Amino acid sequence: MTLVRLASAFALLSLTTAELAHAEIPLAERRSGYADMAPETKAMQDDDAANPGMLAVLDGEALWNAKAGTAAKSCADCHGDARSAMKGVAARYPAFEPAQNRPINLDQRINLCRTERQQAPAFPYESRNMLALSAYVGRQSRGEKIAPPDDARLRPHLDAGRERYNVRIGQLNLACNHCHDDNWGKKLAGNVIPQAHPNGYPLYRLEWQSLGSLQRRLRNCMIGMRAEPYAYGALEYVELELYLMWRARGMTIETPAVRP
Amino acid sequence: MRESSPTTQTTRRRVLAGAGALVGGAALPAVLTPPAAAQIQANPAALAMAIRKATGGAEVKTGKVKLEVPPLSENGNSVPMIITVDSPMTQESYVKAIHVFTEKNPQPNVISVQLGPRAGKALLQTRIRLADTQTISAIAELSDGTFWSDSADVVITLGACLEDNP
Amino acid sequence: MARALINVPAKAKRGEVIAIKTLVSHVMESGFRHTNLGAVIPRDIIDTFVCTYNGEEIFRAQLAPAIAANPFIAFHTVATDSGKLEFKWTGDNGFTATEIATITVE
Repeated sequence: MTLVRLASAFALLSLTTAELAHAEIPLAERRSGYADMAPETKAMQDDDAANPGMLAVLDGEALWNAKAGTAAKSCADCHGDARSAMKGVAARYPAFEPAQNRPINLDQRINLCRTERQQAPAFPYESRNMLALSAYVGRQSRGEKIAPPDDARLRPHLDAGRERYNVRIGQLNLACNHCHDDNWGKKLAGNVIPQAHPNGYPLYRLEWQSLGSLQRRLRNCMIGMRAEPYAYGALEYVELELYLMWRARGMTIETPAVRP
Repeated sequence: MRESSPTTQTTRRRVLAGAGALVGGAALPAVLTPPAAAQIQANPAALAMAIRKATGGAEVKTGKVKLEVPPLSENGNSVPMIITVDSPMTQESYVKAIHVFTEKNPQPNVISVQLGPRAGKALLQTRIRLADTQTISAIAELSDGTFWSDSADVVITLGACLEDNP
Repeated sequence: MARALINVPAKAKRGEVIAIKTLVSHVMESGFRHTNLGAVIPRDIIDTFVCTYNGEEIFRAQLAPAIAANPFIAFHTVATDSGKLEFKWTGDNGFTATEIATITVE
């Protein structure tokens, strides 16, 4: 697929008026970003001894068992063994948080536990500790199917996320769907365009040379479109994450994944 | 082409230059952000000196060494590499050392390892950084004092949606 | 905090050639990158990795900035006796990390 064809495809898209009413990927045609990777990168993800994400998982296990805050409690003190207690949890986040009357993602849930239950300071977004605990909790859902909660309170937020996915942003004036729904599988500057499913986060991105969250990846995309990214923790990201998880419902979680 | 100013102040010209560089395909990887837009060029003199330092000027023959790298790498930040050397790895005949070099990285050395008969197998696996499409070479020093080498070419592509300030 | 991940078979037959995989958490800052304002980000790498088997050195590596972040190094050794494999990484800014694995050789 040449860039000339891609550019003319984009030109055609820009003439479309009904931008929000477009075809989502048929459920049977969905594929994980794993399928688009080179064999060497797949091997890196598949081998727990070679996957740098596993270093974060080990760190996360230590954090899970460490007493923290003025309450001097560890995650394990309330939740017990993460292998059973956290199984399937990452698969059903973002979830609605009644106290805040909005959906929250897993990182925000972890921080709620830190501040309210452990009386410990919240981890900053994208900090080593945040990523480690998020990777450890996420790892307990590896192999599970993504299962967004069937919660009516999430509906308006899911719709907001879908709308944001389909709206043009930035100086490049493109929406997520233009690449990830309409042109997935084709090449952009030497890389295959993935369908952009959130089934491996937090993941080790070769470009970052470190582990990173879905929010970091979404910010990358927004910066790539030359748009102003939202602040970390913004509701916009959680709504987008909610839509992406719904879009990826039934797909298998690979956390901690590796991506180029 | 890596931007050198904060994204929020990106001008239209920079955007077009950036987009143009992506289209052109011969873009710089995330590892290097040269403010003076230095060209990534081969430095044969530095490479030759590094090789001479490792071999003491001895003759390096092609063979016995197998250098495996993907011909096309998704990201220059992490390119998997496997080196195997054909050797019985006994007390009488074994691989003493393996050295890896690049021609276009800012400096030519990648890794040097010392082995011995206790290794059982002369195999090294690691992940390396490559600044640009280039040739990598691996040189093995055997216990009989001979040097053997292999080389491989790698094409480095660049990620499509560049990250500026995360 | 886990600095490194070692993969060594727990058991082996005497004389068997075993594969060892090591992964260490380190940024491996090359010293060739610049900030957006043009300042050089100083080099911060692991430069040496040594493995000993019951006290005897079986593998040594010198790493350059060209080794990718979170260095992964895999090599082989002959399972001679039961005992301890010790792995040590050292580098810039006084960095050191050590991991130990035990092996039973029958």
